[in-house]
Amino acid sequence: MVLLTACAAVAAGCGDDSDDGGGGSDESTRLVVSAASSMTEALESCAPEFGDAENAEVRLSFAGSDELAAQIRQGAKVDAYAAANTRIPDELHAEDLLSKPVEFATNEFVLVVPKDSDISSLEDLTKEGTTLVIGSESVPIGAYTRETLAKLPPDQEKDILANVRSNEPDVKGIIGKLTQGAADAGFVYITDVNATGGDLKAIKLPEDLDPQVTYAAGVVKQAEQPELAKKFVDGLTQGDCADALTDAGFGPAP
Amino acid sequence: MTRSGWFPALLGVCLAAALIFLTLPVVAIFVNSSPRELIASLGEPGALDALWLSLRTTAASIAIILLVGTPAAYLLATRSFRGKAVVVTLIELPLVLPPAVAGIALLAAVGPSGILGGAVEAAGIELSLATAGVVVALTFVASPFYVRQAMAAFAAVEPTLLDASRTLGASEAHGFLRVMIPVALPGLAAGTALALGRALGEFGATLMFAGSFQGITQTVPLAIYDRFSTNFDSALALSAVLVAVSAAILLSVKLVRGGEALGVAPR
Repeated sequence: MVLLTACAAVAAGCGDDSDDGGGGSDESTRLVVSAASSMTEALESCAPEFGDAENAEVRLSFAGSDELAAQIRQGAKVDAYAAANTRIPDELHAEDLLSKPVEFATNEFVLVVPKDSDISSLEDLTKEGTTLVIGSESVPIGAYTRETLAKLPPDQEKDILANVRSNEPDVKGIIGKLTQGAADAGFVYITDVNATGGDLKAIKLPEDLDPQVTYAAGVVKQAEQPELAKKFVDGLTQGDCADALTDAGFGPAP
Repeated sequence: MTRSGWFPALLGVCLAAALIFLTLPVVAIFVNSSPRELIASLGEPGALDALWLSLRTTAASIAIILLVGTPAAYLLATRSFRGKAVVVTLIELPLVLPPAVAGIALLAAVGPSGILGGAVEAAGIELSLATAGVVVALTFVASPFYVRQAMAAFAAVEPTLLDASRTLGASEAHGFLRVMIPVALPGLAAGTALALGRALGEFGATLMFAGSFQGITQTVPLAIYDRFSTNFDSALALSAVLVAVSAAILLSVKLVRGGEALGVAPR
């Protein structure tokens, strides 16, 4: 049985290879894209069209940017990588694991609260008893949160951090805790708040605090479909996927 | 080899495959983390907090499971009543629930906006984003492992033993404490070991229900996940510690019970 399956797999593999060499328009061409969770809705809406146009199957894998980078470092078979910051793609590029990253979108870092909350500004977060859920230090959203809070007067920063009750490994954890009423406030991207369909509301931060959230993407060096991956990355700045990102609330690249 | 030796050979090959498949990942953890890194990783502020929290919450949930689960399992093992099969199935259900479902279910039940959320809050109990919430999550996912095993252990006790103690005038409570528990002890210990292992490794339900905060709700599995992306070596080292602690629990139960405790069918 095992032998049969193994033989079947080998046969299928051979079929793929010969097709690739001959036609180049093989139905089973597969593009694996690892993208930051915040782009889930946008990319899921545009990827099928991209796949149809290129005669390929686009496999999207969403997780925290850092987690996806760790997978790439561990040798995961990924073609394109799109992160919620520029730091991680730059690091991967420096390690010769990723092509030179392209900045393709921006997101707005906001304070998020349940829709009927009394909280209206950062000052309200310093009150004792306010519960805050933020991103873990290792994920971009958590890094932006700490970076932003560090710009506040030290006392205010300290009081706000003292109210943090959970360091979540991704934005979903923050949103989930807020919609379940487990916490009073959090920090996420505006696109995440848009995706909750009104359950939560975003509170914009003063402009001087804005951490400039820029998204960058690149082609993974070990990519099995480097050309297609390049097309996908280019499509993030122009085309269906760029439009989908705009619809989700992303801003244009700086 | 001897004639018709293919079947034993097949058994051997399957055992070897299972052994390699199950031990290789564990071995890899130790191959990839040197003892020095391992000790250094424990020196990190968060690591010891996570270990201490894991031990505390696991101990608390095991205490609850033993205190409530033992009499409950005894009842199920010694009585028959209408709907018993349904009750047993419901108690066993968390065994097959994915951790994410357990987390969502706990939020929906005793989370701040869950069906009992108001009552929990009125009672002055803080569960979500609190250490008590971790204990609730661990107890929810681990108790079926114990209750199942304890039921089997009690059911396997010779009924004549209990009858004998009753004939001698002992109450049922006395018989339960002095006869049933001692006789069923190997099975109860095996169930405890399984529940301990499950509680120590709990990840998804804890994260969803209790969150992740150093020293409060960040147990070892959560700390490992937190380090996975930024510090793989540290994650490996912490994993090695968890493997060692779990193996020690398993081994000590085996040693204490002379090896019979983890037998499949206690008798």
